[in-house]
Amino acid sequence: MSTYSQKKGFGATLWDFLTTVDHKKIAILYLIAGGFFFLVGGLEAIFIRIQLAVPNNDFVSAGLFNEIITMHGTTMIFLAAMPLVFAFMNAVMPLQIGARDVAFPFVNALGFWLFFFGGVFLNLSWFLGGAPDAGWTSYASLAIASKGHGVDFYLLGLQISGIGTLIGGINFLVTIINMRAPGMTYMRMPLFTWTTFVTSALILFAFPPLTVGLVLMMFDRLFGANFFEVSMGGNTVIWEHLFWIFGHPEVYILILPAFGIFSEIFPIFSRKRLFGYSSMVFATVLIGFLGFMVWAHHMFTTGLGPVANAIFAVATMAIGVPTGIKIFNWLLTMWGGSVKFTTPMHWALAFIPSFLAGGVTGVMLASAAADYQYHDTYFVVAHFHYVIVGGVVFAVFAGTHLYWPKMFGTMLNEVLGKITFWLFFIGFHLTFFIQHFLGLWGMPRRVFTYLPGQGLSASNMVSSVGAAFMGVAVIVMLLNIIITSVKNVKVGNDPWGDGRTLEWSIPSPPPFYNFKQLPLVRGLDAYWLEKMDGKKGMTPAEPLGDIHMPNSSFLPFMMSLGLFIAAFGAMYHVDKEPWALPLMIFGLLVTFGSMFMRSVKDDHGFHIHKEDLIDDDEKGVKA
Amino acid sequence: MKRLAKWRLISLFAVLALVLSGCGEPFLSTLKPAGEVADMQYDLMKLSTLIMVGVIVIVVIIFVLILVRFRRKDDKIPKQVEGSHKLEIIWTVVPILLLLILAVPTVSATFKLADVSAVDKKNSKAIVINVRSHLYWWDFEYPGQKIVTGQELVVPTNEKVYFNLKSLDVKHSFWIPAVGGKLDTNTENINKFWLEFDDKRANDAGNLFYGKCAELCGPSHALMDFKVKAISRDKFDSWVTAMQGVKDPIKAEGAVAAQGQEIFNKSCIGCHAVTPANNMPDSARIAPNLTNFGDRARIAGILDHDKKNLKKWISNPETYKPGNLMTGKYPKMTDEQLDALAEYLMGLKVQE
Repeated sequence: MSTYSQKKGFGATLWDFLTTVDHKKIAILYLIAGGFFFLVGGLEAIFIRIQLAVPNNDFVSAGLFNEIITMHGTTMIFLAAMPLVFAFMNAVMPLQIGARDVAFPFVNALGFWLFFFGGVFLNLSWFLGGAPDAGWTSYASLAIASKGHGVDFYLLGLQISGIGTLIGGINFLVTIINMRAPGMTYMRMPLFTWTTFVTSALILFAFPPLTVGLVLMMFDRLFGANFFEVSMGGNTVIWEHLFWIFGHPEVYILILPAFGIFSEIFPIFSRKRLFGYSSMVFATVLIGFLGFMVWAHHMFTTGLGPVANAIFAVATMAIGVPTGIKIFNWLLTMWGGSVKFTTPMHWALAFIPSFLAGGVTGVMLASAAADYQYHDTYFVVAHFHYVIVGGVVFAVFAGTHLYWPKMFGTMLNEVLGKITFWLFFIGFHLTFFIQHFLGLWGMPRRVFTYLPGQGLSASNMVSSVGAAFMGVAVIVMLLNIIITSVKNVKVGNDPWGDGRTLEWSIPSPPPFYNFKQLPLVRGLDAYWLEKMDGKKGMTPAEPLGDIHMPNSSFLPFMMSLGLFIAAFGAMYHVDKEPWALPLMIFGLLVTFGSMFMRSVKDDHGFHIHKEDLIDDDEKGVKA
Repeated sequence: MKRLAKWRLISLFAVLALVLSGCGEPFLSTLKPAGEVADMQYDLMKLSTLIMVGVIVIVVIIFVLILVRFRRKDDKIPKQVEGSHKLEIIWTVVPILLLLILAVPTVSATFKLADVSAVDKKNSKAIVINVRSHLYWWDFEYPGQKIVTGQELVVPTNEKVYFNLKSLDVKHSFWIPAVGGKLDTNTENINKFWLEFDDKRANDAGNLFYGKCAELCGPSHALMDFKVKAISRDKFDSWVTAMQGVKDPIKAEGAVAAQGQEIFNKSCIGCHAVTPANNMPDSARIAPNLTNFGDRARIAGILDHDKKNLKKWISNPETYKPGNLMTGKYPKMTDEQLDALAEYLMGLKVQE
């Protein structure tokens, strides 16, 4: 544990994080960056609700409002929810399968830095002439017509961070296929690992269509192409298809890991194995598969015709079945169990009715003919906030409390945690429940204001008050993190006492090599099985030996920085700035130069010697 | 005992009143359907809500039982249950059946709402309206009647009205919530659907429905409202005849209005037509047709219809509709000129 016990200066710590390839540290980077963007997106949400609190408000102007909603959506999906989910995947999945790291640690770091620089690039638009204003869906006719560089920031920023997500997904796939500990068969994998697996497969197939769409639009806006220019024979409906062929799987990319986190929490705090494990796995795979068959339900009003609408309506309803299976399995996991009401369990319990409400409105929306009324109204806004906040954000809060000890070695305060929960839970329902009705009463979404005398005023005020509750909840959560970090009370391997999977069998935080000896997995809930047999830890599957570890590297940072610089060059090249082209070439040189260095310089990593591992033991593994 | 029953009845009415008042405004709400299409959609809403509430009730019952019965009381380890095939089959099959109950009417309604074959029949008398959406205003052309109007749609009640939708700049979406669901106005193709306006319920809504743009289209997306005047077939026919009767611009009455017409002919007529004939292609109609401006209910779709607002609108449209394409297309007007223009425009009426 020498790496953790040594006090390091700030500079050394920073350098350590800039160059790390350790999945646990990358997880922390994802958590910090995703958390930061979550706060930014949350602030944007507060501005939206202030503007809409009363009719004819002028807190922000119409144009600025469109920038705020665009950035709120884009930030929350791409820069907050996805990285936060990635944080837990990175922190937990390799531990759950008994691996020492992901398959490609270097690529893992590269994935993070690409996402980070893409996100920073996108958000710099606020300071460089205005943010994108065509909505997070960036429908082509409006996006092409949008003036200034806002939409260019969107295109290039998402392009860069999208590459990061894609290679992250591939990395997880390879890791799960190849690096499971002895005895960890597919049907013994914890459900969070399963959802990571399916999610990564979704990323692999969903991000390329987005990339294609972004490239086409980038060529239209930056290089004078006409893919979406109707007067030149272009077609904007193509963009809708490309976006939603990505966009619908994307919501499953977000929600499946959330399902995974809750599938860990229910068994742990009910002291009971997951009910219907195999049907849960089956349902996860089925949701992933069906997720690709339903994109056009976002386009029921585009005019695809009754045949397409009917097919996609029925396919969409079908997704309700595996999701229902999951809900009942979770309920039955708790049934007959011994339920302990910890903070993570609060979130998990609240998730069931909240997500169910979002799920049933999803089925309502699937009814194509009725969707003509719901589409693009506040009903839809309410629906997707019920699934994304009630599902993903609840899972992120739950996961943060659950895995905080595993990631940082300290326990978040339970009292403050529950205060956060109640404030957020009340605020969430206060904000979004009434929005179903606003939509049905005739309020379209993405409106910067509404006129009085349409029966919408009081309900909008209620909704805005709710948002304030959520804001306060997040502040309490931040306080909790600060207090916990300052107190710095370290905890042991299994701080919740009822851990079932491999990650709870090793120290918190784990040593940088995770497992001194790879564990032998004898069944589902491997650690629980050993505990029930009266053993203290896992039985090793191999003798103590040298461990091969990768070297840290600064190259992932440089590769991503190069693309970041090149993106500015590409963007300002349109304005005929003389420095733009050289800047783009310079940026690409940085990226390709770094890649060249990576290719020609041999980097074999290093070995931790057996003797050092034994030394660690004698010093007592606790940090 | 009887008293108790009375109280029950009163509280029941109170709840009912609450629910009804929670249905929104009759001219805007989808929960106060005022036509065949909105009725079908409302029925689907009710059906799906009913099924879903059933599901919610079952889950909530199990959920509450768990909260009550299975709290941790001691340190015992509960029995580790793998699953139950019987239960799992039940909660797979029952939802499939429930979804089928919803899927059948959904598919049938979807096809019914898309059926515009009546228009293509020989000698069809169906009313067809070509809707063209522009940045923050709507153009309505009646090809059969050979007239054009803008911002305020006039339709006959109790019969199917067919719409051909297209956008001439960015994508918008055409929505009259109380009468039926929306359909996008795409930039590359014409979308078709029909609506029906119920006479009695149109009366309840003051014969004036609110229409909205439902697709983000720029800064003033929120203000891209239009109005729908739903009137009986007789009144509609007489309105059409009156419109068709305007071959030349309506002559201003009085000196002030005449002065206004002069200003209009100098500064405004380049974009705004004041005759209803549809002899120009849709792309040449670059601003709302003002033939019957004086008859309308709102200025620019949003402001109350009076001279004061009209003058405010003309003197600075940007404040009321940010990003509109009218701003800066004409010289700045003095107060006197504004008075004259308002006088003239308010006098543009085809009906009393």
